[in-house]
Amino acid sequence: MTDTMLPEPTTRSAGAPARQGSVFVALLRSPVGLVGLLMLATCLLATVLGPMLYPVDPMEIAGRPLLPPGAPDAPPLGTDEVGRDLLAGLLNGGRVTLLVGVAAAALSTFIGVVIGGLAGYLGGWIDSALMRFTEFFQVLPILLFAMVLVTLFQPSVGMLSFAIGIVAWPGTARITRAEFMRIRTLDYVRAARAIGIPSLRIMVRLVLPNALPPIIVISTLIVGSAMLFESGLSFLGLGAPGTVSWGTMLGDNRDKLAIAWWTVTLPGAAIFLAVLSISLIGDGLNDALNPKRRKR
Amino acid sequence: MLLAGLRRLANAVVLIVAVVLLNFLLIHLAPGDPAVVLAGEAGGTSPEALEAIRHAYGLDRPFMVQLLNYLGQVLQGDLGHSYYFDASVTSLIWQRLGPTLLLSGSAMLFALVLGTTLGVSAARRPNGAYGSGITVLSVVGFAMPAFWLGSLLVLLFGLRLGIFPTAGMESVIPPTGFFAQMVDVGQHLVLPTISLGLVYLALYSRTAKASMIDVLGSDYIRTARAKGAGPSTVTFKHAFRNALMPVVTVAGLQTGALLSGAVLVEIVFNWPGLGRLALDSILRRDTPVLLGILVVSSVVVIVANLLTDLAYRLIDPRIRTGVAR
Repeated sequence: MTDTMLPEPTTRSAGAPARQGSVFVALLRSPVGLVGLLMLATCLLATVLGPMLYPVDPMEIAGRPLLPPGAPDAPPLGTDEVGRDLLAGLLNGGRVTLLVGVAAAALSTFIGVVIGGLAGYLGGWIDSALMRFTEFFQVLPILLFAMVLVTLFQPSVGMLSFAIGIVAWPGTARITRAEFMRIRTLDYVRAARAIGIPSLRIMVRLVLPNALPPIIVISTLIVGSAMLFESGLSFLGLGAPGTVSWGTMLGDNRDKLAIAWWTVTLPGAAIFLAVLSISLIGDGLNDALNPKRRKR
Repeated sequence: MLLAGLRRLANAVVLIVAVVLLNFLLIHLAPGDPAVVLAGEAGGTSPEALEAIRHAYGLDRPFMVQLLNYLGQVLQGDLGHSYYFDASVTSLIWQRLGPTLLLSGSAMLFALVLGTTLGVSAARRPNGAYGSGITVLSVVGFAMPAFWLGSLLVLLFGLRLGIFPTAGMESVIPPTGFFAQMVDVGQHLVLPTISLGLVYLALYSRTAKASMIDVLGSDYIRTARAKGAGPSTVTFKHAFRNALMPVVTVAGLQTGALLSGAVLVEIVFNWPGLGRLALDSILRRDTPVLLGILVVSSVVVIVANLLTDLAYRLIDPRIRTGVAR
């Protein structure tokens, strides 16, 4: 597998189909991507194993309110404004954020690829109609739209993912469209059309695999921004009720900033590091998947 | 030129109509009686009030009639009635629009000016320490939650160092005199502007750096150098304009995100803008105001896109004269 990993840029005729394994190995080779992967792995481990190794209920009162980290008979990272264990909150608060990030990015990638792919491959009036539609979603301020959706319907993990994913796709659609337009004119696609392979089959089996590299990069970055939107909504108090989320913790303790710095800075740092790991992976993928960029 | 402008304008109007239609759909898709949705839980849930709402929105009439009515009202500037304040939504939003535009505008300006400067100057030695610093800044900036950055700035510059005010748009007792008031608002603007603008500063500096590197490698720059133009003449007279195009594109695409970020920053700094009003409306279940804010901010984005288009034409004479599209 190792020698088929990365075709030389010269033999890579306008993007040979990217193999999943090769993408992962290439990511490990880029220093930025490796750091990002390690950070994400740490974050996932803390989120999955943390609550088992440190089984404290993040909703329960663990001591007096606003105990600083390291104070005698305080939990390791202190307590928040009502006396909940901050470390337990940090270990449990990533679940919803990561889940919404991935679910929203999956939804927006699906919509973006379908719309961008159809527009780019079919062209003509279908293209202009679909691009108008895309433009419409580009003018909606994502956070405000999500605020409206969450208010009119019930806030829940599913609703948050839907509200973010349904408006986050225009970038994906534009990139997919550009790739499909480029690949559509290549000889092997013309040949496939000439021998009568149905359009849908050509799009899914022949064009999409070659269009994947930039789509993978933008989907990764959307995971990061969806996590930021989830944190923002939770910060505003519009997160999924009954769950702990880093954003909620930050929002709840916001007015204690002056007297208890740890209650605000630590959850924010968790959001920052988690999104940073995704952003580094996105950068690493971009280097790994884009031969032109790698040469520079 | 005129024709293209008119086409853009028509497109903008279509987009505005679409946003209004979406709003209308949302009211009807929300679970429960639309009249109750509009009245919220704050006030006006008495049977007479609900009847009044049904009548005002024409909810007792056929769907298509309702839709056209609503559309007509909104396009005339009537965004409905807030039952919480017993005031027109348009007037409530109008009071708050200024502060939001001030905050977003100054964050945009801060990011554009500083970001372009940093990016363009990094392009001369892209792999040096300074150039790599720009790359790091862009990755960090992307991951930084604006509301966290805001809280950190409040903690450091407001509470610990006491340099800048940390809440509101002006002092509790504003100073007298126009100039002193401007300075007062300016001081209150510093921390929110940085909180909101840093992400875009990171983005624009990276975009400007990449496009400047591209432009500096092109043939016409080589020609200019061969003619004996000095480095600063090449950078500013020949390359800068062309390198600016991608930055303007990115900036135009980001207006919606900028307004989203402004919502969060306004909450952190108690800024009296639309974001604050939106959150308060949610807490008061004052749905007409919330929906009105969605319409108005979408219109702001649409207008910003028109302005971006205009900026394009000013920067790139080819678009203006219609040569080589």
